[in-house]
Amino acid sequence: SQLLTDVMFYRLLSIVRQQRASPGWQNWPSARSSTSAAEAHSIALPTQAQVVICGGGIMGTSVAYHLSKLGWNNIVLLEQGRLAAGSTRFCAGILSTARHLTIEQKMADYSNKLYHQLEQETGIQTGYVRTGSISLAQTQDRLISLKRINSRLNVMGIPSEIISPKKVAELHPLLNVHDLVGAMHVPEDAVVSSADVALALASAASQNAGVQIYDRTTVLHVRVKKDQIAGVETDKGQIDCQYFVNCAGQWAYELGLSNEEPVSIPLHACEHFYLLTRPLETPLQSNTPTIVDADGRIYIRNWQGGILSGGFEKNPKPIFTEGKNQLEIQNLQEDWDHFEPLLSSLLRRMPELEALEIMKLVNCPETFTPDMRCIMGESPTVQGYFVLAGMNSAGLSFGGGAGKFLAEWMVYGYPSENVWELDLKRFGALQSSRTFLRHRVMEVMPLLYDLKVPRWDFQTGRQLRTSPLYDRLDAQGARWMEKHGFERPKYFVPPDKDLLALEQSKTFYKPDWFDIVESEVKCCKEAVCVIDMSSFTKFEITSTGDQALEILQYLSSNDIDVPVGHIVHTGMLNESGGYENDCSIARLNKRSFFMISPTDQQVHCWSWLKKHMPKDSNLLLEDVSWKYTALNLIGPRAVDVLSELSYAPMTPDHFPSLFCKEMSVGYANGIRVMSMTHTGEPGFMLYIPIEYALHVYNEVMSVGQKYGIRNAGYYALRSLRIEKFFAFWGQDLNTYTTPLECGREFRVKLEKGMDFIGRDALLQQKQNGVYKRFTMFILDDHDTDLDLWPWWGEPIYRNGQYVGKTTSSAYSFTLERHVCLGFVHNFSEDTGEEQVVTADFINRGEYEIDIAGHRFQAKAKLYPFSSLFTHKRRKDDMELSDFHGK
Amino acid sequence: MSISALLSMGRCRCRCCCPRGLWMLSAPCRDDRRMCVCPGPRRVGIPVRSSSLPLFSDAMPAPTQLFFPLIRNCELSRIYGTVCYCHHKHFCCSSPHVPQSRLRCTPHPAYATFCRPKENWWQYTQGRRYASTPQKFYLTPPQVNSILKANEYSFKVPEFDGKNVSSILGFDSNQLPANAPIEDRRSAATCLQTRGMLLGVFDGHAGCACSQAVSERLFYYIAVSLLPHETLLEIENAVESGRALLPILQWHKHPNDYFSKEASKLYFNSLRTYWQELIDLNTGESADIDVKEALINAFKRLDNDISLEAQVGDPNSFLNYLVLRVAFSGATACVAHVDGVDLHVANTGDSRAMLGVQEEDGSWSAVTLSNDHNAQNQRELERLKLEHPKNEAKSVVKQDRLLGLLMPFRAFGDVKFKWSIDLQKRVIESGPDQLNDNEYTKFIPPNYYTPPYLTAEPEVTYHRLRPQDKFLVLATDGLWETMHRQDVVRIVGEYLTGMHHQQPIAVGGYKVTLGQMHGLLTERRAKMSSVFEDQNAATHLIRHAVGNNEFGAVDHERLSKMLSLPEELARMYRDDITIIVVQFNSHVVGAYQNQE
Repeated sequence: SQLLTDVMFYRLLSIVRQQRASPGWQNWPSARSSTSAAEAHSIALPTQAQVVICGGGIMGTSVAYHLSKLGWNNIVLLEQGRLAAGSTRFCAGILSTARHLTIEQKMADYSNKLYHQLEQETGIQTGYVRTGSISLAQTQDRLISLKRINSRLNVMGIPSEIISPKKVAELHPLLNVHDLVGAMHVPEDAVVSSADVALALASAASQNAGVQIYDRTTVLHVRVKKDQIAGVETDKGQIDCQYFVNCAGQWAYELGLSNEEPVSIPLHACEHFYLLTRPLETPLQSNTPTIVDADGRIYIRNWQGGILSGGFEKNPKPIFTEGKNQLEIQNLQEDWDHFEPLLSSLLRRMPELEALEIMKLVNCPETFTPDMRCIMGESPTVQGYFVLAGMNSAGLSFGGGAGKFLAEWMVYGYPSENVWELDLKRFGALQSSRTFLRHRVMEVMPLLYDLKVPRWDFQTGRQLRTSPLYDRLDAQGARWMEKHGFERPKYFVPPDKDLLALEQSKTFYKPDWFDIVESEVKCCKEAVCVIDMSSFTKFEITSTGDQALEILQYLSSNDIDVPVGHIVHTGMLNESGGYENDCSIARLNKRSFFMISPTDQQVHCWSWLKKHMPKDSNLLLEDVSWKYTALNLIGPRAVDVLSELSYAPMTPDHFPSLFCKEMSVGYANGIRVMSMTHTGEPGFMLYIPIEYALHVYNEVMSVGQKYGIRNAGYYALRSLRIEKFFAFWGQDLNTYTTPLECGREFRVKLEKGMDFIGRDALLQQKQNGVYKRFTMFILDDHDTDLDLWPWWGEPIYRNGQYVGKTTSSAYSFTLERHVCLGFVHNFSEDTGEEQVVTADFINRGEYEIDIAGHRFQAKAKLYPFSSLFTHKRRKDDMELSDFHGK
Repeated sequence: MSISALLSMGRCRCRCCCPRGLWMLSAPCRDDRRMCVCPGPRRVGIPVRSSSLPLFSDAMPAPTQLFFPLIRNCELSRIYGTVCYCHHKHFCCSSPHVPQSRLRCTPHPAYATFCRPKENWWQYTQGRRYASTPQKFYLTPPQVNSILKANEYSFKVPEFDGKNVSSILGFDSNQLPANAPIEDRRSAATCLQTRGMLLGVFDGHAGCACSQAVSERLFYYIAVSLLPHETLLEIENAVESGRALLPILQWHKHPNDYFSKEASKLYFNSLRTYWQELIDLNTGESADIDVKEALINAFKRLDNDISLEAQVGDPNSFLNYLVLRVAFSGATACVAHVDGVDLHVANTGDSRAMLGVQEEDGSWSAVTLSNDHNAQNQRELERLKLEHPKNEAKSVVKQDRLLGLLMPFRAFGDVKFKWSIDLQKRVIESGPDQLNDNEYTKFIPPNYYTPPYLTAEPEVTYHRLRPQDKFLVLATDGLWETMHRQDVVRIVGEYLTGMHHQQPIAVGGYKVTLGQMHGLLTERRAKMSSVFEDQNAATHLIRHAVGNNEFGAVDHERLSKMLSLPEELARMYRDDITIIVVQFNSHVVGAYQNQE
């Protein structure tokens, strides 16, 4: 096998050398034949491997490289064409750490460091030059957006600064800076040849750990046995394997569908254009910084003394909707008319380029995902089927980090960072429609350079999953947001409001729906509101014997063995005690449970349950999300509405908190009424079989009229739950957060009499103390009307030291202050190591929250404000209503 | 005729025009200044007896003045008082600034003095031009679009309508008013009892009553003429016994295309009389019906009925007035009947049918399928001269107009050119007061010796469709006088075949700089933008007709100015434009051809 590896390596080197001889883009067709020498060594495929990686681009080679670093060595990498020939070859070669998500910043930072030393490690030239990058702001809003990124880069230890237009002009000789208001300079960003990086990674992997690389080998489909990877079928033969990694780039979707049991990998390609010019008269220096002019929709880097400039246009051209199409590949031509707006933008930015001679307009399709985040992780349906694709034009920046995380995931079962935002399981089958993907990527691609303001919603691919009340609510002025394909009301525009103006509310400051949400919140506090919460994931677990209880007890940290009719809030933890799911479980009867989880848990939670459930025909897990419409009646008067509708006493004495009962509401029977609201306010959740939804809603609204009932949306709910310090999974909680870290010890029953997943980790943590702590911050000197609003991801400073980031925030109408939730760490001042965080540590600090570079003072709290005053008010109200009743 | 009579005529909706493009018209301006206007497209004119006005000399030395800068000043009353217009090209000095513009004022010093004795207005306007301030009432592109698209209509023919495969893919139609209300009409309908489809444009003059009536009625007359004997019998029996009638036509109407409810009974009775006569004439032998003959009969019969209805009158005073208005106004008609590969065009007047033919090399050529019936048509001139005594040879067509008045030489209605003087007087006297008060109706054309001078008989052309015949444009003269037929066909052809997907640019091995490329692309985009705005070929054509600049590209500024003209001015710059673009299915046409 050593011999084989040597052969492989020399073959690789020959590819690299030949490409050196004909560098870059100039004559790539000739590069096609560069492997002809290698073809002489056509070696038979091995019949067995631990891992088969499909795709020889930067992703596949990076995964192979990192797997080999982690000690795995029985790896085969298959490439249908040549190594590093797809999007990787045509990548513009810009490595930028200025990303909107922290996890993306981390991946880009790691990639940067990896590529920097790659040449030294492998001896293969990668063309790495530390040029730095400058992101320009033409508007104040853009500058705010850059400042937010800047704050986060700084706390990660990546040098960056906000600079004036004058400074920009000093850094780059050709730029027109007259229309700029500022810019962000990241001096350590780089340019590099991505094809060479991929070859270097491949060569290192094959040299160090014997990763076997076969090009011109096409994976036909993946063999699956009992929901487990069994092997791959290629045009050159079969390979048995335990792991399969789909790094097929824009073909990943197609490859996923080719299985007998299809794996849905929602991504879609769009044509992408960039321009290459001949060198300037005085050629640009190789370390001239890269320019990103997002308002002008273009990027510009120096390239062989000239310019390489492309962009993300407003009217993208999706391609390969019907799959791989030879005709379309051949027709991938320069489309100058399409490029015209970007060219205009370029000449506006660098007017001196007018006289520069064009060399080529390159058309290289890029892959985009429905939410502009890349896709990694294991398939929810097939064990051992991993995916790393859909890079949204940032494959080079993410390549190193993403490959590392995926390799860790495969080797250890978990990556070293929380990657939920990138996890394949955030999507379901509903995102795999070709039409949906085609439409959505047309929105996503321009969005890359659009201003990302808080609370934006996608406009395409909407109204897919809706509640039966959708039309009714829409007619009453509902504005909608989408979660996991489900339409949820944000707020309700009163009839007298200007609807058009509200649609335009794109701002980093106080949004114009503020008053609307305030009145909804007020109504929740004082009367009663109804919120359609049908999007929540709902499972039913039933068994013939005690199997359902046993499995739930094993999965849940709380004690599920409660009397029938009780509801338990519980986490489902992993081995290290982190939240895999945060849900409410109602015991319907001895052997059947109703489980409510966050909307985006539909796939993740299902696969978690399936993974741990014994294959027992007596145990039935059913997804009943679609069967029930959920109405949340929030407010002190909810009790009156319900008792009037059901002729049953609903007072706390008869219907205590966290209680579930099937009862009739109006004419409809069998409504699951639960005394909880997900907000800490008094009220009820009604789980209504969908055919009764309209009836129950109508009844609730007509009876509720005299109690001042009104519709409310998720923004009101959000404000209510955040001021009550309620954490939401996916936003605040993730697989790296334990109940002890977020003050939920009371939901953990370590001594419930049986073992559960994560118990050992929690026991240990209880002994050792926690290293981070979920904390609530109330902004003190923040002017709601004039200051920038917090969103999430803002750095938290304790006594001037960075201690963590916020995870969510909302304006509390009760406290009349902004509330941010976030995690506080305790980094050692000397070593930067994480230390135990105690309540004392939290309480004894002076805190500041950094919003786009401006620090606001904040008070930290570990426990929510007492809800005494709401109870008191409710008592008064009840007395009052008794009085009226008489 | 006295000047005062002319002044009163100025109030009439129909602005009139003298033979040589010079007309006196009382302008609705405050100080009652008169303007000299030659609104070119006017059909009906009343001559000025007074010869005290020196006519324009053919070669006019006077400088020209673009109208637009004046409008910028928003002083319409001044404009009324100060500007002379002339549309006849040969009158106008060519202006270096606007080589294609038909719209310019051609002042004549002597005449100007007559108009505004106390002021040297020419200098005045010159001065105004330099003082002009930037345009104040621009229309935005969306506003322009909403005006252009207000009347657009599209119909897609189902490929297989249950009986036969249609050779028509569909049609786009649109109209842009210049008169208020618009005097043009359009109709489109599918024949339900026979095969084929009827499409027509109708250009009214002296009001819209006649064009409205013709647009409602003519297709029924044609459809009935085409019906076989048995079907006519069946229909007559149904009417007789009060059973439900077989539907004859399926109309394809824009919501703005209306039918008058009040007259429907009257119209129906006339139509019924017609088919009863057809039944009586035909003895039952099912001879093949000749489409050409049917078209001619239908045209003549309808015009006859219009004339008769006006003579007979109606007890209902509203209807009585209506039939008189129909008869005293006029309309031209250009109707196409398409059945498979058989295309008949029946034309009366100066609307035109143009076939768009795509040559093998992809280029477009225009084939005219109708002859204009006006003074430019030598055969028509000869026909008129033959139909009347020799001594009238000079007076029958004067200054390119019939009896010096009417531009089209064939038309529906216009009984003033058809009835004897006695009949006209009798009808007017017994008619309602409104009619009596109307100077125009009372006025008898000069040299009126041997009526009728006018006929509605159409000239029918037959064309057998070939696969290269891609579309047919039916349009009123409002289009044809602004655009050359070759341009019309090219613009529609490129629009329909998606020629706007211009040849892609490739740099290839050439040396091109970014600046050069940018200039090239900007130019291409400007060309394309006008195409993308329209979903309707007729709208696209109107956009070009109204907005084309000297380079043949749509100029938004010009378009905006033309469309923002106030009602009373619009008529001087353009005529009503009505367009129907019928698209043929080359595959079906090709299949027909192969069958034989």
